[in-house]
Amino acid sequence: MTAEAGTAAVRVRGAAVRFGDRMLWSGVDLDITAGSFVAILGPNGIGKSTLLKAILDLQPLSSGTVTVLGAPAGAERDRIGYVPQRSTFDEGMRIRGIDVVRLGLDGARWGLPLPGSRSRDARLAVRDAIEQVGATGYASRPVGQLSGGEQQRLVIAQALVRRPELLLLDEPLDSLDLANQGSVAALVRQVCRDHGVTVVMVAHDVNPILPYLDQVVYLAGGRALSGSPDDVITSETLTSLYGAPVEVLRTSDGRLVVVGGPEPLSFHTDRHAR
Amino acid sequence: MIAGGILSYPFMVNAFEAGTIVAVVCGAMGWFMVLRRQTFAGHTLAVVGFPGAAGAILLGISAGIGYVAFCAGAALIIGAAAGTAESPSYQDESALIGTVQAMALALGFLFVGLYHGNLTGLTGLLFGSFLGITRGQVAALLLIGSGAMIALGLIGRRLLYASVDPDVAGAAGLPVRALAIGFLVLLGIAVAEACQITGSLLVFALLVLPPATAQVITGRPAIGIGIGILLGVAVTWAGLVAAFYSPYPPGFYITTFGFGAYVVARVARGINGRRSRAPTAAAAAAGP
Repeated sequence: MTAEAGTAAVRVRGAAVRFGDRMLWSGVDLDITAGSFVAILGPNGIGKSTLLKAILDLQPLSSGTVTVLGAPAGAERDRIGYVPQRSTFDEGMRIRGIDVVRLGLDGARWGLPLPGSRSRDARLAVRDAIEQVGATGYASRPVGQLSGGEQQRLVIAQALVRRPELLLLDEPLDSLDLANQGSVAALVRQVCRDHGVTVVMVAHDVNPILPYLDQVVYLAGGRALSGSPDDVITSETLTSLYGAPVEVLRTSDGRLVVVGGPEPLSFHTDRHAR
Repeated sequence: MIAGGILSYPFMVNAFEAGTIVAVVCGAMGWFMVLRRQTFAGHTLAVVGFPGAAGAILLGISAGIGYVAFCAGAALIIGAAAGTAESPSYQDESALIGTVQAMALALGFLFVGLYHGNLTGLTGLLFGSFLGITRGQVAALLLIGSGAMIALGLIGRRLLYASVDPDVAGAAGLPVRALAIGFLVLLGIAVAEACQITGSLLVFALLVLPPATAQVITGRPAIGIGIGILLGVAVTWAGLVAAFYSPYPPGFYITTFGFGAYVVARVARGINGRRSRAPTAAAAAAGP
């Protein structure tokens, strides 16, 4: 199956990553359509973040290729926004949220920011990004003193401030309470839909984003499977992917629960494969 | 009137000029050091400066050369040995750094002993002195300090990015590790300069206290660095005046004044914070 060059934001072919003699995953083929909202799912330690880093060219592949926005990975950094996995800024971090966002815009430049028209444009871009994530009310406070949800909105604003075409998020909902998970997920969907940004999100729990997803990439047992959520997150598909009995249950409010012994099992086989 | 009296002594003019240069460099470098939580590394560089200076005196060359060579050299070594690009913190290396520190102190005492222990000199190396600063030393401080400040100006924005958000900065293509090593070398230079005013053991008087106070006062980077520099210059001048009229070294006074400013800023923020936190908490409780 080949997607047309113009429509694939990310294309992965035969990719494998090996740490020493341990094969993390291999034979990964992936096409992510421009403008779609995609989740990378799977148990802990399976290499979801590593796949995201491979797309960013922060993780070298043992074999295979990654094409991002029509160029080899790493060539189009300016067109990609990245929100890494993080706990939180520590409380003593005496930098304002607005400065954190500003760094996303011109933090990679040499020299010091000087007053002038460029500086004015920068301030406007920062203000827009902060408005877009609804963080205007607290962006001037030291980022270390903000709540997890507030910090997460600001780092998303930081990733958005350059108006990227591709937004990569690593477990952005992980440290948030349920209400914030819902609102940050809705915010990311809005960015994807209203601004046509392709979103790839690593997630441990699919439920907060399930209604918004166009595609899921499921990593398990050293392989990856991708497709629509309804096709991939089923008992049959996951059982064959894990190579162990897995059951997908749907609760009365539509949430999906994956049960079975996959996590410790896959981690175990994964570790000792090869 | 008083200042006029002090400045009629050429050695005091030298001391004021040297102190000002050092306070400016330390205000800027210290701001980044506090932000990056590298005060322990900074302290180690200072302690390494002590045997550098003592060794230089033993060899009959300028103590300043010893400070700069040892501090910048140690910065390179710590930078090269320190963790990966992902962890700019030095927690893992704290045992290693501590070992280096102990050895450096021991070497310093050895060098002082070999020099047939001039105790006044020892006090000067550890707690600072303003008596022996020459025109040549002021010129050297200015030259090295300007170089360090220009370098910091060049990498400043990238260093801020890599300090606040190393993962994202790395993903944006910044050489996070090279920036960390480069900053440590600049820090080593700042420490070497500060040692010559406050002594090895009191470099924090200029390197930590003013920038930390600035960070208590504001979260704006540019304004914070500016406040750190101004505060450093102020406490240095006050410290030199006080030391001139008393038998105690300037390091003591500079530290005391810097500490006073820090305490005042903390207390003020505490009062301010309590006043403004109450309505914020209420609003948060009422929110969705």
